Order: sequence, then structure tokens, then C-alpha cells
Amino acid sequence: MTCDAPAAEAGTGSTPWRSYGTKRRSTRTVRVRVSAALVAVTVLAVLLVPPLAQLDQQAVDLAAELQPPSWAHPFGTDDLGRDLLLRCVYGLRVSLLVGLVAALVATVIGTAVGAAAGALGGWADRCVMRVVDTLSSVPHLLLGIFIVALFRPGVVPVAVSVAATHWLSTARIVRAEVLSLRSRPYIDAAVSGGASRWRVAVRHLLPAVLPQAALAAVLMVPHAMWHESALSFLGLGLPAHMASLGNLVQSARSSLLAGQWWPTLFPGLFIIVPTLAIAGLAGAWRERINPRRRSELML
Amino acid sequence: MARLAGRRLLFAAPVLLVVTFGVFAIAAASPFDPVKAYAGTAALGADQETLDRLRANLGVDEPFVTRWWHWLTSALTGDLGHSAVLRQPVTQVIGERLVWSALLCAVAFTVAVLAGTLLGVLAARRPGGPLDRAVTSLSYALEAAPVFWTALLAVWLFALQLDVLPAGGLTDTASEQVTFGQVASHIVLPAGVLAVSQLPWFTLYVRQGVGDALAEDPVRGARARGLSEGTVLLGHALRSGLLPVLTLIGSRVPELITGALLVESVFSWPGIAAATVEAATAVDFPLLAALTVLATAAVLAGNLLADLLYGLFDPRVKFSDM
Repeated sequence: MTCDAPAAEAGTGSTPWRSYGTKRRSTRTVRVRVSAALVAVTVLAVLLVPPLAQLDQQAVDLAAELQPPSWAHPFGTDDLGRDLLLRCVYGLRVSLLVGLVAALVATVIGTAVGAAAGALGGWADRCVMRVVDTLSSVPHLLLGIFIVALFRPGVVPVAVSVAATHWLSTARIVRAEVLSLRSRPYIDAAVSGGASRWRVAVRHLLPAVLPQAALAAVLMVPHAMWHESALSFLGLGLPAHMASLGNLVQSARSSLLAGQWWPTLFPGLFIIVPTLAIAGLAGAWRERINPRRRSELML
Repeated sequence: MARLAGRRLLFAAPVLLVVTFGVFAIAAASPFDPVKAYAGTAALGADQETLDRLRANLGVDEPFVTRWWHWLTSALTGDLGHSAVLRQPVTQVIGERLVWSALLCAVAFTVAVLAGTLLGVLAARRPGGPLDRAVTSLSYALEAAPVFWTALLAVWLFALQLDVLPAGGLTDTASEQVTFGQVASHIVLPAGVLAVSQLPWFTLYVRQGVGDALAEDPVRGARARGLSEGTVLLGHALRSGLLPVLTLIGSRVPELITGALLVESVFSWPGIAAATVEAATAVDFPLLAALTVLATAAVLAGNLLADLLYGLFDPRVKFSDM
């Protein structure tokens, strides 16, 4: 990574401040590498295990029900004797897919709305931002529950409900970015050069806001995954045959009360680890595209 | 201050109006049919005439704008409709359950603010030190952990393995009355889990705020004057570092509601959030609509609180400018 060079130079200084700076920088590199490795493992597992492994995640083996983790079943088995590691990988596949689709839809909506509001300005901007403010006054999960309850559980309502509640932050980010770009000289130059409103928006504004929008999209994926899991856990998410991580936790509740902890623990870890890995990578990316905001929190 | 509050209330009224309208519009656009929901399986064998009469009787044969207007006018007189799943008027459901939800949220929020401030200050004292690393990593991990998952693991550990706390409910199943002792022992786990789910955010923000304040001139000046480290930390750094956190407390209401929703359903806490899940599962529209509007009102109140706190604690802000 190119940004490591100044860190190494700074490390040669002897003041405590500088040595502290190097230390942090190196932690950061380690964190980025670990995150990248975890994301790679996640993506590979999700893409490769289902087609390559000739294993049936639904294979019921009642003789082996609720076995604790062992070499044969690293994560143990559930109440029907199904292998939990395989179930978790399949569940992550479903959750990640829903998360990706929802984040993509939300980003497209958010970017379009935010860019339009910022570029048009005036009353259109005020109207759009009022709508955004109003929608963000309803708690996300509650609005999601409301939509899913009325449109009945299924993949599409869940993805739509997540997308419908998550485009607001992207719209705000993109609008703010467009507003700050509008006063730049190169936009003035384009306008005085006779470029149409549409051309300025598509050729100049949009490319400039895309990095921010893409970053918001990446950070939205774990959030959308969480949202889907929560809905599924409440019994309002995906149908049971498309076991997502939330469904797995939900169906593990009865065995948890009987004392078996593994069907609950592992699906949760499959939510936490990708979330942290994606946040770690996105944080490094944000520092590169916007070094001034390094000190800001990644939440 | 009163003017600001008044202006915010004026803004809140149209927002609530639009939200109620949106709720009815979504319901109208959805495949959900109130008649079939009301009649249940009996609707399958009923002839069209009976269904139409039922539809007229329920008042759902009108366009949704008319129904919204009816709902709104009767809501203003205190009638929010009848909940089919809980077999009670909606106002009674809310009245009975709101206090338990408020209690749970208040306890959890207080614990989260106090513990978050403590951990944040401890972590900010030595940035990069072992304590800071432990607190920060733990905070990020907890932030990523779904709250229903932590809640279930907490039940397993404290109720099943250690057997020190009850696993759920408001009272023991045997006891008839709600006593203080019963509620106190039953609230520990749900409130603890909810607090833990809110904790990372406070901890990280306090750590950030105090850490930034420690690098500023007033702190250097205080140290140069020979003040003790404790005075510098608590009297100078914490005072200015806590300001951004205090002003953001009000904006945490949506996350608190989301967390309460999941925690209450895990612990069968008889609060309003658990009723939301029941209403959603059974598609109980009057209850669901009322609870959505109620949650929106709570969020708006939180935003108002944030603005008021900002003005109260930051002397540079004048209410007339906001």
C-alpha cells in the first residue's frame, strides 16, 4: 500500500507522538489485512461451498440430533441432525444475497434522489429533503416489520423493506456532496461552456459522488444483513425453507432452552465476523478517499 | 427555548400526519385484505354477498383516503380502533404496556450512558494502551452482534447455566401480583442486554470526545498549572468531550426502539414492542398503525430533546438561531 511510506518515515522520529503514530498505522495495516482475508474467505465459502461440496444442507439425520461440536460436525448438529456448519454457510449465502440486493437498490435510489435534490436545488430540494426527514422519523425496523407484515413474508418484501428504509442516509450523503461540488470552478466552467444541466449532472457531478455512494453501499451491506436477520428472527422474514442466519437463530431457540448453545452461537458469529470484516475494509477505503475524516468513528 | 419547542411541535404535526397517511397508503397498496383477516378460514367458504356485507360493515369498502380520514378524526378523540389479536381497544393495549416498555428503556439507557461514559474515559486516558484496545475491540464486536443473539446467549448463561436470573416475563408464573421485587429481578437481564447493545456507541463516542479534548490547549494549560490528572480528566477533558455525546443522546431513540423490539420479544417482556411483533404476525392493522405512529412520535420527541440539550449544554448555541 502506498500510504504506508510516510508512516515508515514518521517512525524514525524519536518523539513519543511519532512512535505512537507508527504503532497505530501498523495496527491499521494488520486490521485491513485480516479484514480482507475474512471477506475473501466469506465470499469464497459462499460462492464455492454449495456447488463444490456434494453435501445436502437439509440432510436429516435424526440419530445425530443436537450433537455438540466434534470433528465430524465442527459446529455440531441441530435438532434434526443437520450439520450446522453447512447450514450456516447456506444461511450466510441467503443473508448476504438479500443484503447485497437491498444495499444495491437502496444505493441506486439514494444516489438518484440525493443527486437530483442537490443538483436541482430550490423547492424540489426542499420537498425531497422533507420527505427524507419524515421517513427517517420512523424507526427502520418498525417500518420494515410493517411492510413485511402487510406484504407477507417472502424474499422480495424483505429486500424491498430493507431497501426502502436504507436509502435515506445515502440520499443525504450524496446531496451534501453535490451541494459542495456545485460551487467548484470546474462546474462553473462546464456551465459557462454551455453544458446542459443533464450533462453537468451525469458527466461531472455523478462521477465525483460515486466513491462516496459506493462506500455508503459497502457499509450498508452488513446493516441490511442485520436487518434481514432481525426480521427473520421475529418470524417475519424469509420463509423457513430459505434458511437465513436469522431463521437459524430463531429455530435454535427451543434447543437453547434445553441447554444446547451451539445452534444459537454459530449463526450469530456468522453475522458478526463478516460485519466487522466489511467495516474494517470500508474504514481503510474511507481513509484513502477522504484522509481528513480519519478520526471519525466507523459505526 | 419554548419557541424552539413550539416550532418543533409545529414541524412534528405534519410529519405525523404524513406518516399516518403513508401507513394507510401502504396498506391499500398491499395484498392484505381486512375482510379475509377478520373472517379467517370462514372467508374461504363464504359467498361474495356475505363478504361484501362484511366489507361494508367493517367500513373497508371505501377508498383508503376516506378510511384514513375516519381513523384520524376518531384518533383525535382518543379512539384508535380495536385490536383483533389482543381482543382489546388499541388505547388500552398501549396504556397497559407503555409503562413497562418505558421502564425497560429508561433503565437500559441510564446504565448504557453511565457505563459508556466510564469505559470511554478509561479508554481515552491511554490511547493505544491495553485497556483502550480491549474496550475498543469489544465495542466494535458488540456493535456488530445482533441484539437478539446476545439476548439468547445471556438467557443461556444467566438463566440456564448459572440459574441466577429468571429467563423472561415480568413476574414468576406462580405469582399473581406484580410486586417490586419480582419486577426488579426480572428486569435485570432484558435491561442489561439492551444496555449492552447501546453501550458500544456511547463508549466509542465518549472515548473519541475525551481523546480529542485531551489534545486541546485548555487541557495542556490545566496540566501546566499543575492540576491533578483526575481533575484534568474529569473537570476539563470530560466536560468538553461529553458535549457532543449529550447532544446526540436524543437521536438514539430509533436504535433504542429497535433494540427494545427485539429484546422484549426474546424475554417475553409485556411491553409495547412485543405487542408490535404480535400485531405484525397476525396482521392486526389498527394496532400496527397506532404503534408505528407512536414510535414516530417518540423519535420526534427524541429529536426535540437532542436540540434542547444542545442548547442547554453548549452556551455558544442560541435557541433563536436554531
